[in-house]
Amino acid sequence: MIKKEKSLFGLLSEKPWEQKQSAVDNLHSGRTINLTKAHLGLRCVLTVSIIFFSLFIVTYADRMLLHDWQKMPEPKLLWFNTFVLFLSSILFHQAKNKSDNQKFKDVEKLLLLISGLSIIFFFGQLIAWGQLVEQGYFFNSNIANSYFYLFTTLHVLHLLGGGFFLKKVTQKIFKNNSNPLDMQSSVKLCGIYWHFLFLVWLVLFGLMINS
Amino acid sequence: MSDDFPEREFGIETKSSEVLDGEHMSSKKEDLIESEVPEQDLYHPKSFITKWIFCQDAKVIGIQYSITAISIGLVALVLSWLMRLQLAFPDVFFSMGPAAYYQFVTMHGMIMVVYLLTALFLGGFGNFLIPLMVGSRDMVFPYLNMISFWMYFIAVLVLVSSFFVPGGPTGAGWTLYPPQAITSGTPGSEGGIILMLISLSLFVIGFTMGGLNYIITILQARTRGMTLMRMPLTIWGIFTATVLAMLAFPALIVSCIMMTLDSLLGTSFFMPTMFQMGEHLKYGGGSPILFQHLFWFFGHPEVYIVALPAFGIVSDLISINARKNIFGYRMMVWAIVIIGALSFFVWAHHMYVSGMNPWFGFFFATTTLIIAVPTAIKVYNWVLTLWRGNIRLNIPMLFSLGFIITFVNGGITGLFLGNVIVDVPLSDTYFVVAHFHMVMGIAPILVIFGAIYHWYPLVTGKFLNESMGKFHFWVTFLGSYSIYFPMHYLGFIGVPRRYYEMYNSPYIPTSAEGLNEFITIAALVVGFAQLVFLYNIVSSIKLGKVAGKNPWKACSLEWQTEHVPPQHGNFGKNLPIVYRWAYDYGVPGAKEDYIPQNVPPSAVLGAKVEKT
Repeated sequence: MIKKEKSLFGLLSEKPWEQKQSAVDNLHSGRTINLTKAHLGLRCVLTVSIIFFSLFIVTYADRMLLHDWQKMPEPKLLWFNTFVLFLSSILFHQAKNKSDNQKFKDVEKLLLLISGLSIIFFFGQLIAWGQLVEQGYFFNSNIANSYFYLFTTLHVLHLLGGGFFLKKVTQKIFKNNSNPLDMQSSVKLCGIYWHFLFLVWLVLFGLMINS
Repeated sequence: MSDDFPEREFGIETKSSEVLDGEHMSSKKEDLIESEVPEQDLYHPKSFITKWIFCQDAKVIGIQYSITAISIGLVALVLSWLMRLQLAFPDVFFSMGPAAYYQFVTMHGMIMVVYLLTALFLGGFGNFLIPLMVGSRDMVFPYLNMISFWMYFIAVLVLVSSFFVPGGPTGAGWTLYPPQAITSGTPGSEGGIILMLISLSLFVIGFTMGGLNYIITILQARTRGMTLMRMPLTIWGIFTATVLAMLAFPALIVSCIMMTLDSLLGTSFFMPTMFQMGEHLKYGGGSPILFQHLFWFFGHPEVYIVALPAFGIVSDLISINARKNIFGYRMMVWAIVIIGALSFFVWAHHMYVSGMNPWFGFFFATTTLIIAVPTAIKVYNWVLTLWRGNIRLNIPMLFSLGFIITFVNGGITGLFLGNVIVDVPLSDTYFVVAHFHMVMGIAPILVIFGAIYHWYPLVTGKFLNESMGKFHFWVTFLGSYSIYFPMHYLGFIGVPRRYYEMYNSPYIPTSAEGLNEFITIAALVVGFAQLVFLYNIVSSIKLGKVAGKNPWKACSLEWQTEHVPPQHGNFGKNLPIVYRWAYDYGVPGAKEDYIPQNVPPSAVLGAKVEKT
């Protein structure tokens, strides 16, 4: 929940020219939302990303109804990958708890573990692709396949983008020379992104196995 | 809406450096993190390259954006001349085939809408003005801001490179509708369209980085005392437009990605079953209408992404030059926000002839007409701001007045086209061309010109030449009316748009030919007048009259900097503290006819702010 200083309606009905309002306004800090810049930035990115995926899903739902849709089998490996991603999301939650208690040594280990799991997920997806291609499900042989490859690619691209920041956060924790609050915030934000990655995958995967 | 953070608790935040050493009043953890870095840690450039090329200062990035946007805009201007010459005098100066004509139409439209207007308003004015007007030293993520510009620059280069690939740039129209956009037979269906889609995707990615900066700077990095409702309307316009862009651009990139795959990998996201020259193409089952929905879900908010910053800027120009506070400030803010929200519910009015359910069309006609209400409120408020104002008819004001007239004109024709029944016969005629050029071509461009004349003294410290400016205004204003007014008539008699030649169609009277020639001559004249403007911009850097501090006697913060032009870090040692809104003009009892935003009440005792 975004904590605003004031409700949106109250904010938009202020009368800045009135003396009474002016006295209040003069003390205003200049901030609208009680979040750090990085946190708010992450939320903006997530919003854009959610819209991005939602639009794909809308087109998916629309396209699915047409007659030429042929469902493709999902390799068992995808369930394993889903579990791996779920595990990394859980571990990130733990890492956040540890970092809140300033146990940065534990956070280091957890972050390494998460990186390992993410790499496993990445290669797991590649292998799943390989299995499907072997069975003759090519990118353009049916529209359902196209969507499968497209969704997995986009999701993996988001994972790689997150990996860039995960690397930065891990380095920061290993150096351990910045402000603890700053490190805590980095771990927390990176964790939020990882939960987001898991949720997006869950929605996409659920969509693909249920269509 | 939660109210957990009453004003008291926030109290005086460690925003300006003078309260740096004070006690932190907030106990929240996130606040503490921020207050550890109370003053923004600015990047200080050391070499020419970091100062002017890979620069992280929002002011320089704004100028870089503006120069790039105007340069690519000139290419689009030349393309429009070539199209006009073809329409009025086919085969007299050169012979252009239909393929080239379509390519020029496409590139002209795309460049003007996306690469010129969007980039100039948000990238150019946004970067330069946001930190200055909200009282911040720079954008919150300067490095990201720099990358944003370079992404845009690369996007422009990719776009330009499509002129040089085999087959040339795409000629699919700026809407790039499939299936024709990627089917052979359409000019540029090989390389051109791919480069266009890549370029648009890069633009969107770059813009998202910039947009993140604009939104968070405006929300979180304002100076002390600057509440949202004390911000100049320019910032409100840019802010709302950026929010719209962040929500609408994903639709563009989604459609770009899917069409690129259709073209390169042979998927059928949008491509239906097709036969070409007796051969069954590899595609099948896709829905071209789906692309239209996606495209216009981006495309209509895009109109307001261009219009809202123009609304904001023109409100400030009018208020400053009428020496009156803007009439109905809150109403203006609400109108901007409401227009922005409504703009997501009108997209299908671009698709009335695509064969939709009549009730669907009815819904979109209704929402379209509802948008006219807040828009009309804005127009009334501009006019009421002028009423009994102490008007200074300088060049920014002339352009602002020109904007109001042009915008009303283009808006009224929008009411025609927004109604399904009236739209169907007018659809695909020159009436549509006239409408959208008036409302989102000429009107915002007039604001851009006004804004450049207004803020040029801030950027360079010199005035632009006034006589050249007057010449520029009158030729541009009257000239663009001569171009687009007759087009309404052409549309009424049914002259279709997108035709490269009218042949000897019996239903088109010969007078239409005369009109076409007249329009072309007007277009050439208006185009050349812009060269005077460009010369003015370049020469005034050296020869212009020195402007000094706050030459227009404006209230907003960008004019209250220590140095003119503002230097790295924008403000002096301390950030300004804001005590009033940006519209204290002609306040009774005050010595001067304006009170800048950072003047404390104790300095203007006896001044009584009038209520509007």
